[in-house]
Amino acid sequence: MILEVNRAGFAYPGRQHVFSDISFSLADREVLCILGPNGIGKSTLIRCLANLYLLCSGSIRLFGKEMAGLPQVEIAKKIGYVPQAHEIVFPFTVRDFILMGRAPHLTAFSSPGKEDCEIATEKMRLVGIEKIAGKPVNEISGGEYQLAMIARALTQEPAVLLLDEPTSHLDFGNQIRVLEIIDRLADRGLSVVMSSHFPDHAFLASNSVAIMKHGTFMAYGLAEEVVTEENLKQTYGVDVSIAYSPHVARHICVPHRSGTCRCRGERHGECSGTPSSGIVGR
Amino acid sequence: MEGIPIEESMTTITQQISEAYLLIRPYLTEKIVSSTLIYGTLPILFIVSLFLGRYEVPPSHVLKILAAPLANLFPEQVMHIDPVWTTAEQNVIYLIRLPRVIAAVLVGAGLAIAGAAYQGLFKNPLVSPDILGVSSGAGLGAALAILLSASSFMIQVSAFFFGILAVTITYLLSRFYRTTPTLILVLSGIIVGAFFTALISLTKYLADPYEKLPAITFWLMGSLASVRYTDILLIAPPLLLAAAVLLLIRWRINLLAVGDDEARALGIDTKRMSQVIILCSTLITASAVCIAGIIGWVGLVVPHLGRMLVGPDYRKLLPVTILLGASYMLIIDDIARNLTSAEIPLGILTAIIGAPFFAYLLRKRSVGWT
Repeated sequence: MILEVNRAGFAYPGRQHVFSDISFSLADREVLCILGPNGIGKSTLIRCLANLYLLCSGSIRLFGKEMAGLPQVEIAKKIGYVPQAHEIVFPFTVRDFILMGRAPHLTAFSSPGKEDCEIATEKMRLVGIEKIAGKPVNEISGGEYQLAMIARALTQEPAVLLLDEPTSHLDFGNQIRVLEIIDRLADRGLSVVMSSHFPDHAFLASNSVAIMKHGTFMAYGLAEEVVTEENLKQTYGVDVSIAYSPHVARHICVPHRSGTCRCRGERHGECSGTPSSGIVGR
Repeated sequence: MEGIPIEESMTTITQQISEAYLLIRPYLTEKIVSSTLIYGTLPILFIVSLFLGRYEVPPSHVLKILAAPLANLFPEQVMHIDPVWTTAEQNVIYLIRLPRVIAAVLVGAGLAIAGAAYQGLFKNPLVSPDILGVSSGAGLGAALAILLSASSFMIQVSAFFFGILAVTITYLLSRFYRTTPTLILVLSGIIVGAFFTALISLTKYLADPYEKLPAITFWLMGSLASVRYTDILLIAPPLLLAAAVLLLIRWRINLLAVGDDEARALGIDTKRMSQVIILCSTLITASAVCIAGIIGWVGLVVPHLGRMLVGPDYRKLLPVTILLGASYMLIIDDIARNLTSAEIPLGILTAIIGAPFFAYLLRKRSVGWT
């Protein structure tokens, strides 16, 4: 096992637990998607997995070794962390920004050399942003910035990629593009843990899914077993239809709305049926 | 050359220069021109600064005085310089101007690199080297020493250690509250700075208004007028050592400038690194302030000039900042000692010249931060 989490719990000093009793394991090439409502602690859990926060109880084992006892440099060689996008004060170029991923492989007094630059370029090409290498990071789009952060994490040459809501703040097309890249990276041998707000993304890019609620994993298992109408209703408090669409050859997840659709004109009739019937039939 | 009239030889030289220019023009890319300007300005300013001063010394004499010790290393036939200068001229150059110019280079470079490092550490382009209270501390140290009629050496020592004391208090205070480290560090710096500034005012209030109050006031406004070699020998080792450490870790300052969490996720011991940067910047600033008094603006503005020229990457930014800081300080000090018959305090000039210049640059060019 690459990552083994055993009864993990975390609390900020002097406050209530954010989460407790979370256990799961991550195999080679596995993609785990963590779902859950806002503010439930998904980001905190991912920070704990990156060893940025120390657990209050339980343990995380990385390649069989207790993570709390490992130096951060060793962890950084194994785990790449992609945080949520945030403002950067100084506009480094995309190339310099991605090159920072070489830090765990360099000693304190050294700067990246030619080989490091080549690795960074290769990762840029892998996620498809080599064309904007010379642009300042504050002048690229949100989607490009997300890809740049992924490329930086890949430049660490890690075994595990931790992504904190990689698809939030992205437009529809970029969401799918990012998920496809994650999928491709997993095929190439990376294990991935990501959090998401979209249950549908669990079907798109992951093998296993965990739903976080009430400070623990309410459900954990294969995507098709965990992302159910019942579980989503419990988690988000809205009605959802899960159906298999032969057209896209996967399960899809569509929310209902109370009342009828706000469709107009001649299409009005189509929408008045039950929400799921329209989907499966198409 | 002796037989040719001077006008003719000048025309030949001009011709040769223009021919040489035509020859190299295809290779003069923007990059080469800008790097020549960046790296060439400081040596030229250094020499020109030695030409300038109230006591008139012809530039040719200055060059010969400077070259004389070198010439002594060689046998007469290889290099010979006629001692055409007076002893007074030699003394002005070696005992007054040279130490002063060297001090200006050290102080300017030091304040600029400390400011640049702090701006990265605090992820804030508005931070200057005295953000953690080092200047207020040093000011109090100097003011107390002047109040107690200490020697000028003791004034420097007192300024140096009070500067370090102030930052130590700031650091310990920030440990005491345990929240967002960099934010609380800045707030602690403001608290300690305010406290020490109040104590400076108190010493001024208590000082004898005819002798000591002016001395304290002038010290606080900054000057390099009384710098001697002993002062330089005193501050050069800590200043150069700390600057060397900052230069060695400069690539990693990039990572801190992006964000603490991300830097840690990339395997950096951010706490240790902040300590190193704070220690180095404090040593540098305390060293600079203890011989030059309080000089604002250099540490704030020069890193911005650097970013406009080479961008935010600390691998390029720190070396360029050092050169620019030294050049800026040389210009300011040249103006300070030549503009009027009385010396103008440096702290006044850095802002009077720096502020409009910076305002102009902000309008003209991209600022290098958001």
